[in-house]
Amino acid sequence: MGNEGIGARVLRKEDKRFITGKGRYTDDITERGITHGVFVRSPHAHARITSIDTAKAASMPGVIGIVGGQELIDGGVGNLICGWMIHGKDGSPMKMAAYPAMDPAVVRHVGQPVVLVVAETKAQATDAAGEIEIVYEELPSITQLSKVLEPGAVEVHPETAPGNLICDWQLGDEAATEAAFASAAHVVELELEQNRLVPNAIEPRAAVASYDTGEDHYTLNTTSQNPHVARLVLSAFYNIAPEHKLRVIAPDVGGGFGSKIYIYPEEIVCLFASKKLGVPIKWVAERTESFMSDAHGRDHISKARLALDSDLKFTGLKVDTIANLGAYMSLFSSCVPTYLYATLLSGQYALPNIYANVKLVYSHTVPVDAYRGAGRPEAAFLIERIVEVAARKLGVSPVELRKKNYVRDFPYQTPVLMNYDPSDFITLMDKALAHIDIDGYAARKADSERRGKLRGIGYSSYIEACGIAPSQAVGSLGAGVGLWESAEVRVNPVGTIEVLTGSHSHGQSHETTFAQVVAQRFGLPIENVNIIHGDTDKVQFGMGTYGSRSGPVGLSAISKALDKVEAKAKKLAGHLMEADEKDIVIENGELKVAGTDKKIAWHEMTLGAYTAHNMPEGVEPGLVEKAFFDPINFSFPAGTFICELEVDPGTGVTEIVNFVAVDDFGTIINPMVVEGQVHGGIAQGIGQALLEGCYYDENGQLVTASFMDYCVPRADDLPSFAVDHIEVPTPNNPLGMKGCGEAGAIGAPAAVINALTDALGTEDISMPATPEKVWRAIQATRPAMAAE
Amino acid sequence: MSEVTLTVNGREVKRDVEDRTLLVTFLREHLGLTGTHVGCDTSQCGACTVHIDGNAVKSCTVLAAQVDGSSVTTIEGLADGDTLHPMQAAFREHHGLQCGFCTPGMIMMAVEIVKRHPQGLDEKTIRKELEGNICRCTGYHNIVKAIDTAAKTMQGQPAMAAE
Repeated sequence: MGNEGIGARVLRKEDKRFITGKGRYTDDITERGITHGVFVRSPHAHARITSIDTAKAASMPGVIGIVGGQELIDGGVGNLICGWMIHGKDGSPMKMAAYPAMDPAVVRHVGQPVVLVVAETKAQATDAAGEIEIVYEELPSITQLSKVLEPGAVEVHPETAPGNLICDWQLGDEAATEAAFASAAHVVELELEQNRLVPNAIEPRAAVASYDTGEDHYTLNTTSQNPHVARLVLSAFYNIAPEHKLRVIAPDVGGGFGSKIYIYPEEIVCLFASKKLGVPIKWVAERTESFMSDAHGRDHISKARLALDSDLKFTGLKVDTIANLGAYMSLFSSCVPTYLYATLLSGQYALPNIYANVKLVYSHTVPVDAYRGAGRPEAAFLIERIVEVAARKLGVSPVELRKKNYVRDFPYQTPVLMNYDPSDFITLMDKALAHIDIDGYAARKADSERRGKLRGIGYSSYIEACGIAPSQAVGSLGAGVGLWESAEVRVNPVGTIEVLTGSHSHGQSHETTFAQVVAQRFGLPIENVNIIHGDTDKVQFGMGTYGSRSGPVGLSAISKALDKVEAKAKKLAGHLMEADEKDIVIENGELKVAGTDKKIAWHEMTLGAYTAHNMPEGVEPGLVEKAFFDPINFSFPAGTFICELEVDPGTGVTEIVNFVAVDDFGTIINPMVVEGQVHGGIAQGIGQALLEGCYYDENGQLVTASFMDYCVPRADDLPSFAVDHIEVPTPNNPLGMKGCGEAGAIGAPAAVINALTDALGTEDISMPATPEKVWRAIQATRPAMAAE
Repeated sequence: MSEVTLTVNGREVKRDVEDRTLLVTFLREHLGLTGTHVGCDTSQCGACTVHIDGNAVKSCTVLAAQVDGSSVTTIEGLADGDTLHPMQAAFREHHGLQCGFCTPGMIMMAVEIVKRHPQGLDEKTIRKELEGNICRCTGYHNIVKAIDTAAKTMQGQPAMAAE
């Protein structure tokens, strides 16, 4: 084999089907007699449903049936759940209101599904949906986060959560932090907004649900990042069917970014209706449906205060955040603005006192849950913005202020639960400075000035917690599941290998990178290794892909299973060659007796395992091993990003001219794949900073519900990126991997906004910093010019 | 109903379809060519891009009946048997795809971009020309490199250094 092992820039095995149009996504799946479902959704942010008249629709051509919320209740379908129980600072549990898949009485956000229409064709279902008459009694709504907690505000769930407050949560030592502020030499304050984002995977969510009356068995093909978790909750909480009577398949999935973790009402309703109506049903979201029903991300407002001593060492950080969870609590919504956010507020810094108070609230908006980074972008943005503001206020270099406060000794215990992996924050910054050519910056800025442009430079040193997560630790914090991963390695008689993993690839390249790890172990070509994922009938159980966990957790499980395969292979080879198994080495597809010329080919050993004519005593035939890996800690990828941009003061248009990312992801399996993950994450981070904003109007209407109104980055909005890395392996998993999937989205927004405020000479500008907002900021700083 | 006759990937096909049938529906549902994807329904994302008589067109906003008599090429018809089109090969070589969903439309658009710029392409032009195709995974960095490489292969010039 060539170099296809760990660290090799191997081209992807999965590409051929995608570049030739042979990918198999949920919408590409059909079966005999397939029918099509269309949901009728609420046009109101908050309303009581007075009546639903389906008579006319039911008689239209091709219509097979219509299912409403009352039938789900009558059919015993359970409410959706939030799977992470948190407690407020007074010890009380979070206030989780009932979340029916289709509430027959009240709607609480625009786009909430009310009725499913099923017909022979999608066009017929769409026609019939237009003839369903739903009478609503409109009620006042609240969608603006800044007003949700005001006295007298409209309440989303008045009986369960008075005043819209789900949980008043805290982390850290408040008294010690206040004491740090009392003795501080300098205090810097900043108010921040985390703009609401829509994940927008390019493949819309979809489901194909069918029920086999002969077997009393359901099959669901769906756009999921974690089909086993989907099956678990569909079975245990939504009462669709016991797990052995429900197969969930996540075939090729066209991007997720968190939005495809959750089990949504549509899948539940389609499964229920497939049995009730006796037909297989396909539902595919249109883009506007995605905007109105995929879980949104971010949406915080925060006040932050940073205390520094006279030597400019950070001594305290106090944070007050209000986090919008939308109209209902989505599957992991409670942990995102709490345990995935406040635990990262120490950033890359030795910050001895931290206290965070987070108020989680309801509003009449689409539920909010994890979106690429999930809590960690919010934390990184907060700390990296206030550090930058502090540097400017105190007249010190933002680079020097960071370096003065970086953690240097590892492992490092923060005051907010986390125990950091070894890394090297100074080197990350220095490499980033070299890449951006910091020495040439003054000349570049002068050149911009000559051309009438404003140039700025901004830094962001992020850290995140990945490898989600140690089961016992998250269990003690309220998680309803364990967050280990499973693997099964099946070695076939001819020596080829199938690896079954509970991780799921929806763009992350597992079919290649996982094969590289197997190939490395036995010296086999990656062509001989197949990665199987995304089907509950094939893989026994798994927790799926999110939180940059497939490398640190999923591959660790594979690595453990490979240990067992290797041990048995050596035992067999030793027996076949009449040598001690301890003397067997495996390389280049051969098993050799060290120090001799005795060897057998890999496939001779594997065939021997299956013919079983000559097995060691007490050893079973075959060569199949399973493993579960439960991490002992999170992993902590970290990096420094530097953004250099230029603003046209005449138009307010910002152009990013240089963007550098230097990351420590620990061990890297395939640099090409990792760089691709970083590029994509940075693009989403720049999108958040400059382009993407999700808005509701005063009537609760979602006014950004298409790609015409919500600006995801296009190619000409972005530069090429300079990406580099250092590798400080984590000691906490067998391969030393820290995870790389979310880093770009976590580190980029602060780098961009720090650069933009540097260019504009303003303390702050809110995201997304659109040309209009930038132009207005310029006018505000230059009143004389504006008057001319 | 309309009778629609098209030459799709070199093969003549004839179907009776509802007048309102979109070209993308015709390709996906009637011909089973599921390589052409729908990502937005509003002609913004470009995942549905195919070639109609050699021009890149978003098939989610064209009626099948409108293009009766045309020649349509989809992603399934781009390669020459087992030999990938240079644009397909370049997307793989430069890791210009992750989840793969936008990829067919991206490749079909990219082929046309190269054809419309016989004088050659630079990064700025490639980015400008890609404005109608959205990718959420790659940040476009490697797509731009792939198109540059394929353009030079198709036009017989040396490509920019791979990164």
